[in-house]
Amino acid sequence: MEAGTAGTRRPDVALDLSANDSASANGPVKPDVLVTENLKFWYGSMMALSGISLNIPQHEVMAIIGPSGCGKSTYLRCLNRMNDLISSARVEGRVIFDGKNIYARNVDAVQMRRRIGMVFQKPNPFPKSIYDNIAYGPKVNGYRGSMDDLVEHSLRQAALWDEVKDDLKKSGLELSGGQQQRLCIARALAVEPDVILMDEPCSALDPIATTRIEDLIRELRENYTIVIVTHNMQQAARVSDRTAFFMLDEDGAGSLVEVDETQRLFTTPSDQRTEDYITGRFG
Amino acid sequence: MVTKDLSRMLGARLTGRRPAAQDVNTTSGAPDAHSQFVPRRRRALIERGIHAVLFLCAAVSILTTAGIIFTLLGETLAFFRDVPIIDFLTGTRWTPLFVSQSFGVLPLVNGTLVVALVAVVVAVPIGLMSAIFLSEYAPARVRAAIKPILEVLAGIPTVVYGYFALLFVTPILRDIFPQTQVFNVLSAGIVMGFMILPMMASISEDALRVVPRSLREGAFALGATKFQVTVRVVVPAALSGILAAIILSVSRAIGETMIVAIAAGLQPKVGFDLLSSMETMTAYIVQVSLGDTPQDTIEYRTLFAVGTLLFLMTFVMNILSDWIVRRYREVYE
Repeated sequence: MEAGTAGTRRPDVALDLSANDSASANGPVKPDVLVTENLKFWYGSMMALSGISLNIPQHEVMAIIGPSGCGKSTYLRCLNRMNDLISSARVEGRVIFDGKNIYARNVDAVQMRRRIGMVFQKPNPFPKSIYDNIAYGPKVNGYRGSMDDLVEHSLRQAALWDEVKDDLKKSGLELSGGQQQRLCIARALAVEPDVILMDEPCSALDPIATTRIEDLIRELRENYTIVIVTHNMQQAARVSDRTAFFMLDEDGAGSLVEVDETQRLFTTPSDQRTEDYITGRFG
Repeated sequence: MVTKDLSRMLGARLTGRRPAAQDVNTTSGAPDAHSQFVPRRRRALIERGIHAVLFLCAAVSILTTAGIIFTLLGETLAFFRDVPIIDFLTGTRWTPLFVSQSFGVLPLVNGTLVVALVAVVVAVPIGLMSAIFLSEYAPARVRAAIKPILEVLAGIPTVVYGYFALLFVTPILRDIFPQTQVFNVLSAGIVMGFMILPMMASISEDALRVVPRSLREGAFALGATKFQVTVRVVVPAALSGILAAIILSVSRAIGETMIVAIAAGLQPKVGFDLLSSMETMTAYIVQVSLGDTPQDTIEYRTLFAVGTLLFLMTFVMNILSDWIVRRYREVYE
């Protein structure tokens, strides 16, 4: 299959691809949790995303790869309106989550973010105790159950419980980098989101910590939909079910080249540019 | 090798005959040698000169401080030869200028702290909220407009504040509370609060702004509202800086002179009646300095005893704020 040459047509092709794949390769069709329709994004007058259309199926890990500065992170941050915090940002197009466009006027971004959590490139625990780091999200969301149980459950899910259970009062900042990142994952899990967005979650970590996070991502797939941006193709190959390849188009805006089952994208990419990238010819 | 010889030769010329103009010609004729070698001695000399000038400038402030402490301590020690330090620190009657002299400094300390407390009660909440507004809520344009206004407020001479308290705030207070005295602590304290407000707001705002953006994003990503992000993440993360701002504000309030000298009155007394007149340590120093108290008398030396105590109080405050900033600052990469 050939991807279209014009930036506007390419996403449609990609859309067809993903639809076919979930039907053919993975048995039962998984419903799409997040559907992006022709998403365009500007920083001031600079176009950073030129019409991305991408479907993200439920309980899968979607990896987004591509050369530096191709809009991967920008795209990811559009999925929970994190870019709202940048005053010069402008968005066009739709991101459908749970049947609603999250950019619609009547959608409460705060409520939406509770269901679409995020883990950042650099671990960013709050300067609070481990316990309070986890409890923050549930508290601001009015959680009424047993906080102790929730903290334990979240830390267990993030495979951090055994390392910190005796010292929950310790500041989150005193943990190692890998532990901090797992704390951030636990923190995201504590509000029980449907989707977790991960923006290069291992880029600041050593190989051992990276392995642990990758194992964790594979486990979390059972219950969560994960979208992970990574510059590391091996990582994408290891953890994801499906991979989207982004790169800059002729106008210097990020665009989606192709999306496919990870296995297939890395072995028989349909676009020459994807092949060039994954075989290391550029980027 | 060649260049080394050249440098030695030119060096000899410099020290020997000192042909300044010719020297310049020579160097401009040989650009490579110029930059590397010719002015080496002169450059070293200039460097040393600059070093010395800078050192002297730095030394001036240190020497001044040392001189002040020296003067204060000398007269203070002389004072404590006549008045037991215990009586000074624990006495509740301050009448050094009366016939029945008594040197209990507590009334002055009481007045100082009460005025400072009023000032802090005004300045801390408003200052902190302005800081939060400027750092978290205000659009860049609004911030750019408000910041300079705050700085103007900081630049108003304190004597203006003093008369503002006496001639504007006090009459209003007297309308509300008829028993208010003409000179009263409340008016002076409120106006002093507005005086230290810019400092409080500005230091707190700096503390809030250095909280990394990633922390805010982390909180937003958990479904927190802007207010929850601000109150539960940003402010706690900036707490050390905010505490430092509060302590510096208190310290400034304790040392402030003009407003209290004009508006708070000169009655040394222990108590908490905000509508009555009280004398602060600074106001007392002004009172005696302006009077005709002869030197080398005990009345004169009370100035230094009170001054030393004032100095110690603000000094401890400043050390404390420094310590808090160091001790509780969160280190982010």
